[in-house]
Amino acid sequence: MDSMTTIAVVSIVLAGITTAFGSIAPAMGEGKAVATALTSLAQQPDASATITRTLFVGLAMIESVAIYCFVISMILIFANPFWNHVIAQTAGK
Amino acid sequence: MHLSPDEMIYWQRGFFKLNATLAFTWVLMFVMAVGSKLITRRLSTAIKRSRWQNFLEIVITGIVRQIKDVGLPHPRLYLAFLGTLFLFVATASLCTVFPFYKPPTGSLSTTAALALCVFVAVPLFGIRRQGLARYLATYMEPTFIMLPFNLISEASRTLALAIRLFGNMMSGEMIIGILLTITPFIFPIVMTVLGLLTGMVQAYIFSILAAVYIAAATHVHHPARKAVPQT
Repeated sequence: MDSMTTIAVVSIVLAGITTAFGSIAPAMGEGKAVATALTSLAQQPDASATITRTLFVGLAMIESVAIYCFVISMILIFANPFWNHVIAQTAGK
Repeated sequence: MHLSPDEMIYWQRGFFKLNATLAFTWVLMFVMAVGSKLITRRLSTAIKRSRWQNFLEIVITGIVRQIKDVGLPHPRLYLAFLGTLFLFVATASLCTVFPFYKPPTGSLSTTAALALCVFVAVPLFGIRRQGLARYLATYMEPTFIMLPFNLISEASRTLALAIRLFGNMMSGEMIIGILLTITPFIFPIVMTVLGLLTGMVQAYIFSILAAVYIAAATHVHHPARKAVPQT
């Protein structure tokens, strides 16, 4: 396998694995956060504004980890610098 | 497939490139500035007021209440900065209902610029409230060893702000673009609605996080006082 094929195969496989693994943990964390928020809402409904706002802020922080993995996958597929470099080399030859 | 509106260049000459990000940012700024100027041209304090003035008042009082809930005691001082952040990001994502519109926050340049504004504004507000010496002393809290960690956390939360907003906006667009090639008719509309929802949530998150950082920077530490017995 020459270097161009290697780069392509590794990029595609890693893009898939990044999104696959990178969405497991944030999803589980968000599930736990929402479950705890629902429990505390049931115990103290008059604090619902504070609880909801804190829940959203916490969910955004957890979500950002999944977003990092997604951005890496997108870069690997659409804006891959190694692929661009290799393509430029073969185009220049 | 466009990764960001930075790549859609409308006109260029030499070093300067007019890309879609710049164009749509200026259009948004123009619409928001002219719109609010028109609405506030004749403000009325009577019971009868125009619909748009009512709408603006709801928005402003909502933002003021949120800022006060976060823990900033004088919300009006920070209303200009935090309100602008929220309104810009919210309008940028609401306007995706118009066709041929690409949100400028879908480009890493815009979100990095907004995050840099927060990065600069937090120490400014902290120094204005506490004075330079006391603000710099907060970097040593709780112990001296934490100085590098505090500095790193400043930089990393700025980066996180930028990437979070960029990732959410870009992923919304990309999902719709991909779905349009797979299942054209109804499903992309559902995803557009979801994109609107996440856009508003991300606008709220961005401004609330900026408010929390400013609240942490302007929090004046009171030395422990002995309780005075009431006679």
